[in-house]
Amino acid sequence: MKVGLFIPCYMDALEPEVGISTLKLLERFNVDVTYPFDQTCCGQPMTNTGCHKEAAETEKLFVKNFAEFDYIVMPSGSCTNQVRHHFDAIDQTKEVQHVRKNTYDLVEFLHDILKVDAFPWATFSHKIAIHYNCNALRGLRHASMSERREPFFSKPKDLLSKVKGIEFVELERPDECCGFGGTFSVFEEGVSAKMGQDKVMDQHRSGAEYVISADSSCLMHQKGCAMRMGVNLKYAHIAQILNGDLS
Amino acid sequence: MSALQDEAQPRGAKIKGNKPVDQLEAANRFIAASAHQKMHDERLWDLRKKRDAQMHLISEWEELRELASDIKSHTLDHLADYLEEFERNAKANGVHVHWAKDAQESNQIITDILKEHNAKTLVKSKSMLGEECRLRQHLEENDIHVIETDLGERIQQLDHEDPSHVVVPAVHKTRTDVSKVFVKTLNAEQGNNDVHYLAETQRENTRPYILNADAGMTGGNFLVAETGAVVVCTNEGNADLSANTPPLHIVTVGIEKIIPKMEHLAVFIRLLSRSALGSPITQYTSYFRGPRKGGEMHVVLVDNGRSTRLASKKFKAGLKCIRCGACMNTCPVFRRSGGLSYGSVYAGPIGLILSPTFNTHKYRNLPFASTLNGSCTNVCPVKINLHEQVFAWRETLADEKELSLSKRILMTAMGKLLAHPKAYRTAVQTGDKVLSYLPHFVVYNKLNAWGRQRDLPPAPKETFHSWYAKNYKNKGKTDE
Repeated sequence: MKVGLFIPCYMDALEPEVGISTLKLLERFNVDVTYPFDQTCCGQPMTNTGCHKEAAETEKLFVKNFAEFDYIVMPSGSCTNQVRHHFDAIDQTKEVQHVRKNTYDLVEFLHDILKVDAFPWATFSHKIAIHYNCNALRGLRHASMSERREPFFSKPKDLLSKVKGIEFVELERPDECCGFGGTFSVFEEGVSAKMGQDKVMDQHRSGAEYVISADSSCLMHQKGCAMRMGVNLKYAHIAQILNGDLS
Repeated sequence: MSALQDEAQPRGAKIKGNKPVDQLEAANRFIAASAHQKMHDERLWDLRKKRDAQMHLISEWEELRELASDIKSHTLDHLADYLEEFERNAKANGVHVHWAKDAQESNQIITDILKEHNAKTLVKSKSMLGEECRLRQHLEENDIHVIETDLGERIQQLDHEDPSHVVVPAVHKTRTDVSKVFVKTLNAEQGNNDVHYLAETQRENTRPYILNADAGMTGGNFLVAETGAVVVCTNEGNADLSANTPPLHIVTVGIEKIIPKMEHLAVFIRLLSRSALGSPITQYTSYFRGPRKGGEMHVVLVDNGRSTRLASKKFKAGLKCIRCGACMNTCPVFRRSGGLSYGSVYAGPIGLILSPTFNTHKYRNLPFASTLNGSCTNVCPVKINLHEQVFAWRETLADEKELSLSKRILMTAMGKLLAHPKAYRTAVQTGDKVLSYLPHFVVYNKLNAWGRQRDLPPAPKETFHSWYAKNYKNKGKTDE
């Protein structure tokens, strides 16, 4: 099984340790992982701003980098949603279709493809709240959604439940958007920050020590708010917990 | 409490002719009025929670939404047929039916009817279409005294402010705000902000108008083609008073409100109030099938851009809307911004997709007042793909050269940089790590928008890319 690893642009520059946890975690399952060197970004900032034409070359580059792999895996539900559901600015060649169909977020890949049933190397004795990125939740269906009448399920929680020691706490507004929203975070700064502050307070009231998510982008925003507000909460990517890098 | 009493009510977006509305500027002022913003967020979130509770009581909830969506889609595909069927049946019931192609024509038809009857006062229940057409303003210019009979709408009328929400028009106002309006306009006691007192004051003031009005007006939640009936749903009974007390009843309704049969009505009635307020049904659900004895009933069917929307493959789905406001209640941006920040009759998610159909340039910023989180789509009782339409609007705006200059410059630059790995790598690897962390988030932004209320994580020693190059030798490298 040849897997191409995509590391989101912000993670490459600001949270390399999450990329390393992801890579090491995948290697534990005897997966042949390669990180193609010419990767840049999934193109989401342009696409979500309506600039599909401006995203076309970035999409092409992505496909060129990853067409040769059986699976493309990335530690981000949001970027996965972009590749799977929004790579529409380019001709839908066989390669493009292959890439769209075989791109998985780390949680999906572990849960649905590898069907991992244990993380014996990991212990995390903390109270945690799960944060769902909206694209991961409502685009990829990482979990059931509070607005819909459907049975409860949560892929991130399934995985985290296999780690020793975790105690889950619930938020008052379990899947309200935190206000990151990509370029929304800077174009609509005032509303974005207010949403982030409200999210941080909900997490704080829940009694969580850590907030764990499959998406670092939301966490960077929440952590930025929490630090400025002086709220003592820790944030970590699910890959760091599942690989046993934090305890 | 004191914060709420001292804090002035934040006002809505500043409208400057045809210039693009600056939603964010108004939203920032709303957020700065922290007591108002908190109250607004909590009130609407409470409606969302009540809606969820109602949903969980109905096992076939998702099937109902599917059914409602299908009925609406079918009806829109045969809109002309059903409208004509409605006209035939309404006429047979003794109702006068009028067709208006736009707001101006609708306002004129209504003014003419009123003038023919020598009507000087009109009691009116809430109608978003009326707001859309600026009907009240038009009638007042024609010396017709209009009295809104819905409590929230009356508050807004007295305060010379638009409704901020399609179902709860004054939800952005505190009791103290309302008290201040009533002191000024209804001679209410200074400082008495007891809810019952305020409601009673309005009631005492409005009742004589209702009893003496020359004409009454209602909107319509649904038109039933097979019976020619107009269905109006309210919680205060004010539509019934407006329609049944004066001898003349005028209904103004958008052409998309039609449904084929009575049996379809049940589907929508089950969904409407549960989605809107989290109550099983509105207090009053009234079927107007014809004029009272000795009275007259007119129905004005208004297009005002709806046929154009119907012809648009991309944005047709917006016509399924039944104006329940569930998308507003759940929208995290709406709850923080207040409905008046949108500077448009329709605010929140439904406003983001309807407003640009009326004036693309003026409302070009609205589709960006969204994180595309998708909660609106999930609560919509007729399954409008709201967040996908917001996304589609952004593309349309880019195609029509209606993106702001800063967005255009940034996206063109990013599109180029991200398509060229070497240039990108150089940009990321050189210079200060934090500043180089994504040109698109920080560097290109005029006022360091990220850093105003948020810290950045400390810069790591090296990128993932560099770490991988060191630790995995040549794996993944292209031949250079």
